[in-house]
Amino acid sequence: MVSSGNMSNLVLEIKNLTRRFGVFTAVDDLTLSVNAGEVFGLLGSNGAGKTTTIKMLTTLLPPTSGEARVAGFSITTQAVGVRRAIGYVPQAVSVDGSLTGYENLLIFAKLYDLPHREQQARIAEALDFMNLAADAKRLVGEYSGGMVRRLEIAQSTLHRPKVLFLDEPTVGLDPIARDAVWKHLIDMRANYGTTLFFTTHYLEEAESHCDRIAIMHQGKLDALGTCKELEASLGPGHTLNDVFVHYAGSALDTGNNFRAVSAERATAERLG
Amino acid sequence: MTATFIHPLTSFVQKTFVITEFELRKLRHDFTELITRALQPALWLLIFGQVFARSGAMHTGNIPYLDFIAPGILAQSVLFVAIFYGINVIWERDLGIVQKFLASPTPRAALVLGKGFSAGIRTLSQAVIVYSLSLLLGVKLNWSPLALFNVLVIVILAATLFSTFSLVIACIVKTRERFMGVGQVLTMPLFFASNAIYPTDIMPGWLKMVSHLNPLTYVVDALRTCMLAGSPSTLGLSLDYAVILMTMTILVFVGARLYPRLAT
Ligand SMILES: Nc1ncnc2c1ncn2[C@@H]1O[C@H](COP(=O)(O)OP(=O)(O)OP(=O)(O)O)[C@@H](O)[C@H]1O
Ligand SMILES: [Mg+2]
Repeated sequence: MVSSGNMSNLVLEIKNLTRRFGVFTAVDDLTLSVNAGEVFGLLGSNGAGKTTTIKMLTTLLPPTSGEARVAGFSITTQAVGVRRAIGYVPQAVSVDGSLTGYENLLIFAKLYDLPHREQQARIAEALDFMNLAADAKRLVGEYSGGMVRRLEIAQSTLHRPKVLFLDEPTVGLDPIARDAVWKHLIDMRANYGTTLFFTTHYLEEAESHCDRIAIMHQGKLDALGTCKELEASLGPGHTLNDVFVHYAGSALDTGNNFRAVSAERATAERLG
Repeated sequence: MTATFIHPLTSFVQKTFVITEFELRKLRHDFTELITRALQPALWLLIFGQVFARSGAMHTGNIPYLDFIAPGILAQSVLFVAIFYGINVIWERDLGIVQKFLASPTPRAALVLGKGFSAGIRTLSQAVIVYSLSLLLGVKLNWSPLALFNVLVIVILAATLFSTFSLVIACIVKTRERFMGVGQVLTMPLFFASNAIYPTDIMPGWLKMVSHLNPLTYVVDALRTCMLAGSPSTLGLSLDYAVILMTMTILVFVGARLYPRLAT
């Protein structure tokens, strides 16, 4: 296991983070740090606890025990500070289909207190950056899946968050749309130094974009490191897929639940 | 980061209006809904109201029965529209919209009150419908600007109150099916245990007591005072306003506490 970086450089410090639902432990004693500017991938089969982890880090779900600091703010005692410092793209569709693309951005510009003078410039820049300028005045209900995802990313980064949490940002997208989303994410990191913390089921995505990855299985952190390190840890000639199968049991594990599937379906339907 | 310091109260008010503004922007394409919503008050006033007015079964003092129930029907249609408002937040939860707003620094109470106000403003269409019907039926209305302004405010506050109540229910039950069930179970008792279509004087003692705990009773009384010529208040307009505002405030607080449950 590798975890490097001095204290001041850590944008995410997770210590013994645990979440139970009744007797079931969804996230089990997770400890992990992420450096500023890092692209960090959280992998794991359905039900591994990825979304639960992100919900705790974004202050949507209180942990049962343990603690985490996001951009220096405690998720339990300084939730508002955390919220100001992060952007969040949930697993399901999070922009409003009955507003235009422009309006979806404008409401967040206002909610995040962007200075009035800067709002229009920021929105225009974000629309340009995400290749959505031509469709800004259209209702989002008419957008394609790739456009919706790009708009969601634009929306959650208008305020230049230190950390952007993305829960399966490319699920349900065709390969071209996926590449476009990633191109924008990588550009954003380059331009603004945004730390990207995301979950995915696509191993090749993790392999080509992540500085480091973590593999979760049944709520526990099973592996952490760069792709190279993890592959090497199994001995020569292993792929990331082998690593995943080794740690997560199989690519298609049990533990898949109705809510996860219906959320995913809802996404697919809307992105349809 | 562009965090500038803003006083919490200023921020709360600002954010509330941001939420209201965008909720209202969503309505631009909603004209069919306006038409279908006109139907229910029309049926109550034109059929129920006229039949009972003819029968003379209800003793409403020196006010004709149709005049008596016109404000009651306005209050009722405000209730019926607002009480199902919570279904929207369940829908937004099933997508990821609620989660995204909750992960932003927006005060929870602003999210709740902003949505409530938007429901309040939407419901003004019901006032237009009931006033038009009343005019048609010869109800003696009070057209003084102050009275009209009061009606406007009461309708907005009442709709905010009941839509926030609806949002609280949505936060508790979380699914569409259960929500529709609870909504249907609640509307009729709220309506019948009020002074909307008969005076509380003719109620049995226990029902009269219940009706005095029912916020709808105060909404109806306030509307009756302001809508009708002669201002026939039973409870007093200040008491009406006090009860409405207090209930609303409590519900907004409860809603703000429960709203984060939608993200878990
Ligand atoms: N609100 C809840 N109540 C009860 N159990 C829950 C709740 N949320 C999640 N769980 C359970 O916690 C476990 C982890 O769920 P989580 O959504 O974090 O998994 P995930 O890794 O994101 O899976 P997926 O890849 O399918 O999105 C699952 O078994 C799920 O059933
Ligand atoms: Mg998930």
